Amino acid sequence: MNCLSAKRKFRDGFLKILLSICAALTAGLLVVIIGTILLRGVGGLTWKLLTSQTSYLANTIGILPNILNTLYMIMVAMVIALPVGVGAAIYLTEYAANARFVRLVEFATETLTGIPSIIFGLVGMLLFIQIMGLQQGILAGGLTLVVMVLPTVIRTTQESLKTVPAAYREGALALGSGKWRMIRTVVLPNAMDGIITGCILSVGRIVGESAALLFTAGFGLVLNGFIESLQSSSATLTVALYIYASERGETGVAFSIACILLALTFLLNLAANQAGKHLKRRG
Amino acid sequence: MALENGMKLLFLVCGIVSVAFVLLISVYLIIAGLPAIREIGLGNFLFGTRWAATAAEPSYGILPFILTSVYGTAGAVVLGVPLGILTAVFLAKVAPPKLAGILHTAVELLAGIPSVVYGLVGMILLVPAIQRIFSLSSGACLLAAIIVLAIMILPPVINVSETALRAVPKEYEEASLALGATKMETWFRVSLHAAKSGIAAAVVMGIGRAIGEAMAIIMVSGNVANMPSLTQSVRFLTTAIASEMSYAAYGSLQRQALFSIGLVLFLFIMLLNAFLNLVIKRGGKQS
Repeated sequence: MNCLSAKRKFRDGFLKILLSICAALTAGLLVVIIGTILLRGVGGLTWKLLTSQTSYLANTIGILPNILNTLYMIMVAMVIALPVGVGAAIYLTEYAANARFVRLVEFATETLTGIPSIIFGLVGMLLFIQIMGLQQGILAGGLTLVVMVLPTVIRTTQESLKTVPAAYREGALALGSGKWRMIRTVVLPNAMDGIITGCILSVGRIVGESAALLFTAGFGLVLNGFIESLQSSSATLTVALYIYASERGETGVAFSIACILLALTFLLNLAANQAGKHLKRRG
Repeated sequence: MALENGMKLLFLVCGIVSVAFVLLISVYLIIAGLPAIREIGLGNFLFGTRWAATAAEPSYGILPFILTSVYGTAGAVVLGVPLGILTAVFLAKVAPPKLAGILHTAVELLAGIPSVVYGLVGMILLVPAIQRIFSLSSGACLLAAIIVLAIMILPPVINVSETALRAVPKEYEEASLALGATKMETWFRVSLHAAKSGIAAAVVMGIGRAIGEAMAIIMVSGNVANMPSLTQSVRFLTTAIASEMSYAAYGSLQRQALFSIGLVLFLFIMLLNAFLNLVIKRGGKQS
């Protein structure tokens, strides 16, 4: 290395430092963001905040309705998106004989992935509220999210179905099983962790979504039962964060919600990694 | 046998439903977006410089929104892409595996943080800082939005570039090293060059994320329909929809114009997607 000219040596050192600075900057940004959230949010995370609802009369702020709304939203969206998405993936990998149809669905799912969530919100409002006549609420919001997470469910399921060896299928068919029986007893159990990964990713997207829910699920901060909330304006945690930060000026509450969202994100990432590792070990 | 056929039909229906959703989105956006454009006039709508939907003499020009979205995205790309690519080089080539693992987890976490949280942190840290530095009356401006967007596009840019860099054949790098190039020269002149289609895809994905983001920048950009300028309060295509939809009356021209903005945004994204497919296809041919 000592035969390098001074200019090259300098450039080499400079680039190395530049790379390290960039990586440090990226890591530093994360530290600052997480540090700010924890510093300003953890203090406000009281039991009272988590278990009560916001009331003007009593002048209290509570985010229990928003926590529940987020859970309801996950339930409603996944109950619909999971069967439809897995079904579509099964059709594409196991049944479809028409290559053009497969390509069409793949093009469609790819296109859906790139569309900004605000557009989903716009169309969701148009379709489910203006045309189908639903009220703003968990149902309209959940249906909008179904459209958003379908591509994720379809793609991850498809990928894990493809990793199931053809020999398993042939074995089942040779033993006289029908196609559906083969899928149910041999293919699906072997593709389960891919489907679970897809679910975790989808739940992550639902938890973090806000723009698509503004006009479909609404801004309501009132505590409702599950059935009632389907058709009445209900803000999820992310939307509530936006309301408290931008419209109420309650940044303390907003940061506490951010803490909860951060913890959820971290847990979901961890779960997705575990499921992914499991998948890799087997494949 | 009936069960077998029934299940096949059921799965087919699932596939059709997924395609139908895309068609529905496109069709409804066009149906909902066209009337306002027809009433306002395409030229006035796209190139009008004044948006005043609730004024006595309403005016519906969205050029400020389009330019803000374009400038904001360009700014985010200028700041975020070099940082992202260089971080990816560090992750893929320089960092020892343990450090790379930790950084990787960090980037994943960064990717998963909801956009409103970015908006909140930007609102509390960035906006006051900009206000102080430039002594403005309010720090909520295009610059704040650009910085937030630049941070938000980091995870996709880093992840996709890193994958592309790791896929560069070892022989290329070994050949370059054997010819006497230093490691740095190899990574910058050989590896980056060989991974360029993957990196191009990373940039396009970053652009897609930046142009479609709404909630994070609505909280830091001030939300006034000005022509874009770094230190002025601005409104993007996305934030125009998000901020006015809640009070635009049913059936009003304002509401229809918001759908038209959605249509314009949709067309932007479709163009970008087409471009992305082209880049990936060309990259596939190269290897």
